[in-house]
This record gives sequence, structure tokens and C-alpha cells, in this order.
Amino acid sequence: MLKDKDRIFKNLYGLHDWGLEGARRRGAWDGTKKFLEMGRDGIIEEVKNSGLRGRGGAGFPTGLKWSFMPRESDGRPHYLVVNADESEPGTCKDREIMRHDPHLLIEGCLLAGFAMGANTAYIYLRGEFIHERERLQAAVDEAYEAGLIGKNNIHGHDFDVYLHHGAGAYICGEETALLESLEGKKGQPRLKPPFPANCGLYGAPTTVNNVESIAVVPDIMRRGATWFSSIGRPNNSGTKLFCISGHVERPCNVEEEMGIPLRTLLEKHCGGVRGGWDNLLAVIPGGSSVPCIPAMECGDLPMDFDTLVKHKSGLGTAAVIVMDKSTDIIRAIARLSYFYKHESCGQCTPCREGTGWMWRVLTRMAEGRAQKREIDMLFEVTKQVEGHTICALGDAAAWPVQGLIRHFRHVIEARIDEYAGNPDPDGAVTEPAEQPPASPPASPVAAE
Amino acid sequence: MSVRRLDPNQPESFEFDDENIAWSKTLIARYPDDKQQSAVIPLLWRAQEQIGGWITEPAIRKVADMLDMAYIRVLEIATFYTMFQLSPIGRKAHIQVCGTTPCMLRGSEDLVKICKKNIAATPHTLSGDGDFSWEEVECLGACTNAPMVQVGKDVYEDLDEASFEAVLDAFARGEKPAPGPQNGRQFSAPLGEPTSLTDPALYDGEPAKKAATDQGSDHDEGET
Repeated sequence: MLKDKDRIFKNLYGLHDWGLEGARRRGAWDGTKKFLEMGRDGIIEEVKNSGLRGRGGAGFPTGLKWSFMPRESDGRPHYLVVNADESEPGTCKDREIMRHDPHLLIEGCLLAGFAMGANTAYIYLRGEFIHERERLQAAVDEAYEAGLIGKNNIHGHDFDVYLHHGAGAYICGEETALLESLEGKKGQPRLKPPFPANCGLYGAPTTVNNVESIAVVPDIMRRGATWFSSIGRPNNSGTKLFCISGHVERPCNVEEEMGIPLRTLLEKHCGGVRGGWDNLLAVIPGGSSVPCIPAMECGDLPMDFDTLVKHKSGLGTAAVIVMDKSTDIIRAIARLSYFYKHESCGQCTPCREGTGWMWRVLTRMAEGRAQKREIDMLFEVTKQVEGHTICALGDAAAWPVQGLIRHFRHVIEARIDEYAGNPDPDGAVTEPAEQPPASPPASPVAAE
Repeated sequence: MSVRRLDPNQPESFEFDDENIAWSKTLIARYPDDKQQSAVIPLLWRAQEQIGGWITEPAIRKVADMLDMAYIRVLEIATFYTMFQLSPIGRKAHIQVCGTTPCMLRGSEDLVKICKKNIAATPHTLSGDGDFSWEEVECLGACTNAPMVQVGKDVYEDLDEASFEAVLDAFARGEKPAPGPQNGRQFSAPLGEPTSLTDPALYDGEPAKKAATDQGSDHDEGET
């Protein structure tokens, strides 16, 4: 259980002053110059040693990512782009950082930008976060005014922070789609390679990091890599913002240590599952893109990257969506499929067509209006979407459906049986799921 | 993908007002030389605000001319990004109900029913008096405060049928209901007793602010 003194986001709930003065009293902007004097390698080494893994979902080691940036500039500028396009269903942590602790993010931008030789950072917020954008801009203005960032600032590293926003496209959370959007185009992901570290924003070396990954860096520098890596579990270190939504008594955001058992997390901070632990049906542990985990596996499940992968799921953004036994799990997943259908950028055929196909089939299955063999067909289609698209949205659309079939096949089958046993009350014949074969040749049996 | 088309009824012309023209210059200066195309989304957004909530074809042409872009490229942007409304919205409020699974689990379907009953049977349709319109949108990023709706810049969180109807009634009276959680909770903190960040030593003398007031205070700030 994380102690209060080890929490990084001390103003998570907005009870205190978000401005520069308040942030300073909570420790922000303390000793920043000293860290810059450690040099690029010093900062990268410290972040590597802390074991910080990217908080945007994939869990790639942050320090390692920074080290991919070219050592020397070849004349092109370097860019830091902060991914604040938080749109993964279930996730609402970056919003709290931006509106309640914005200075941690800005200080993190300076440190990260310095470590990768960048003089400019663009923070790309999702378009819907309008008040958050105003708040963050106000904090950026404060930092400029105090000479903390900008030209000839007190830290001796010229650094500009600009805010940019999207206009409602989930796909722009994918790093190369985000860069396309930032360049003023449709957010359609780019083929990799070349990776952004070689050829990113405006063709220049770029690193894209999540808000939370950047905002924890100042505290890692201040308190030391050992402090951060001592929290959590091996290879899954540090603290993490968990967003718990759905069927708990008191949904909330909370900062906890990595690897906290799921049941402890829910019962300590959220008042437990609605109707008691035995009423739990399943959880989606890391935002809509990861497969659900049924209740029987949930008890002592440590919430970290590696354990959840072993359970064929993932920590993702640590957005825990809790579903109790009143949930119609087929409809819940079908709604996610609709989300992916709506948000597919349309670039790759398997995703553009597959997401709509999966949604339509799941919608029928939710009513029971399907054949049992279609369950296997649906699974097969998810496998054909997964891994066959430019970006991971195809995978993200496939995984929740796979999780549903893996754990709740019996529910789908029961629904189909129920429908077959209670056909349409009007006696109408519903259309067959597939075209029947061409009319069979007349057989002697039929003639009888 | 969602298929979106421009409204068949379009006005004759569009011009940015002086304030927005001045603002557009500072905006374009944020991006490197010859990369002014980056400013297309913020400019279209400003145009939408100026027009009163939707994007017209003349505005698309205007933005394209300002940024030296082909018209089709700006049309692509306006139809790709779903926050750009392509037809007029309700004068008093355009209700965007989040319908994705975390909100659905906590009752967003009931909110949609209310919209269908009180506003219009179909989304993107003006109510009889032209004051309201609604749509179901995908995750708006306030999942711990589900279910929620967004109206303009503001979000109304932790709704139930009664509080949602109260919000709608307030808009209908021409008022602006207080945004944020509608059940008295402090942003995304758990309702009731806090479970973390209770150690006063963290804040050494920093005075705690009164709950839930700071989001209300910056309504009148300009758009960034």
C-alpha cells in the first residue's frame, strides 16, 4: 500500500493551488537546474535506472526510448511531443494531471526535452479537454513569466512549450497519427520504420511520450531512481494512477503502487464491488483495448504489466472497468466494438471492414440471433484483424472480443439457445445468419 | 469510420472577426516556417465557435485560403474529426452524451432516452423550438465520473436521470448550470471520506481550497 509521502500527484483531486506558487510548495521546480547539469546522459541514465515504463499503455521503458534520439543534431531540430490525447475508454488520469498539477508536466517537459536535445515541446491535447487546455496554458504562461522555460530561461536551456489540440479522434492517440494530426492532416497512422526518433514531426527526430510518463520524471530526479524502483515489483516499478470506473461503490482516480492486488485496490479506495466481491463478473484491467478477466482470476491479481500479460490481458493505461453480475457482458463488449468501428481511421482494410463486421455480429449475438458456429468464425476474424494493420487499433479492436469469447463463450451460447427456444413472439422468421446453400436436389425422401 | 457530409443548406460567405484574425497570427507563429498547415484544426475550431457551433463550407474555404491549403485537404479534416459539427446545433445547448462502455455501465442509456424524449427522436436533429440538439459521442475521458455529458466547453458528471433533467431544465431557462460532478463530489476523488492524500505534512501550510470552486472560476477565460 502506497504511503502518502510516496505519492507524486499531491493535488490529484484539485483541493490545493494548481498554480506555480502552490506547485512550488509541493516541491515542483525544485533543483531543476541541478538535474540539467547532470547532462543528457545523466538524466537518461537516472530514468533508465528508475525502471519507468511508459504510462500510455504499451509499457515501453521511457529512458530507453529517449536514448534512441540522435546524439548530435544533423541540422534538423529535435522535438518532444507529449501525448495528451487521452481517449481510451476507462482512462481519465492525464486530465487530472493537466488541470490540477500542470507544473509537474511542464517541468517534466523541460527535463525530457533537455535529455533528448529538443528545444521545443508540443503538447497535443484531445479537443474535448477545453478547460484542461485553458488551465495548462495558464500554467505554461506562468512558467514563461517566471523564466522557468522560454528563451534565456534560468535553467540555461532554451525551451518552448506549445499546446496543440485535436478535435475528437481516438486514433490520434497513436503516436504517428498524432504527428500527422499535428502537421494538419487527417490522423492516419504512418508505417514504421522510419520510427519517429529518426523521422517524426516535420521529418525531424521526435519522441512521443504520455503525459503521466513525463510528469513523474521530475520526482524521479528529485527523489532518485532507487526510490522509484523500490516501489512496486521487479520490472514493474513505481507508482501509477489507476482510474476505476464501472460497478464499484465509489469510482475514483487514485495513485497507487504498481502491482497492488486488484481486490485491495477496489476495496481500499472504491468501497468494493457493488453488491460485494462475490457479485463481481469481470474486470477490464487496462482500458477498453485489453481483454477482460473473469472474476475467478481477479482476487489477488497484482496489477502490473507482466502479470496481466500472463493472464492474456494487459495493464494498458491502468483503467480498471469493473462489471458486476448485472452486466450484460455481450452488450458491454459489443459497445466497445462500436467504439472501434466509429474510431477506425479507415486506412487499412482489415480494421475498417473488420471493426464494423465484429460489431454487427456481436450485436446479433447480444440478442442471441446467431449460430453457434459463428462464435468460432468471429474469433477467427479477430485473429485476421489482429496484427494485420499499420497501427495497433486493429489489435485493440480484436482483443476485447477475443477476451469475451475466451471467458464468456457459455454466455453467448446460452443466449443463442434462449433465443432459439423463444423465437420471435410474432412468429416472424428472422433472416438466416448466412445464405443457405443452393436448393438441394430433390431427394426421394422429400417425395414421400 | 463514420460517414459525415456537409449540410445541404450553406450560407453565402464566412469571414473571421478581427479578434480571431489577430489570434490566428499568433497561432501560426507557433509552428515552424512553411508548416502553417499545422494550424488547421485550431483555426477550424475557432471558426466553429464564431459561427455558433458548426462548420460551413465557406469557412472551410476561408481556412484553406489562409493556410495555403487545397480545399479538399481542409474538407477532409472537417469530416474526419468528429468534433466539427457539420450542421446547425441547438441554440441553447448541444448535448453530447458519452455512451461508451464505462458510461453505459452506469446508466448512459437512460440519459439517451431522456434526450430522445425531451429533445428529438434522432441525434443531430434540432428540437422543435431550435434550442436543443443532442448526439451520442464516444468516450469523453471522464470515466470515473460516469455517466456524463458535455455541453460546449463544460462537462456535467456523475449524472442520474433526475440531475440530468435538472441540467436540461436549467439550459431551457437560459441559465448555465454549474458544471462538474452533479452529486457533490470533489472531481474524481472517491465520494465520501478521502482514502489518500490525507497527510497534512504533504502541504506544509499550503491552504486547502474550498471544494469544487476552481472549475467554476475560469468559465470566462478566453479559449487558448
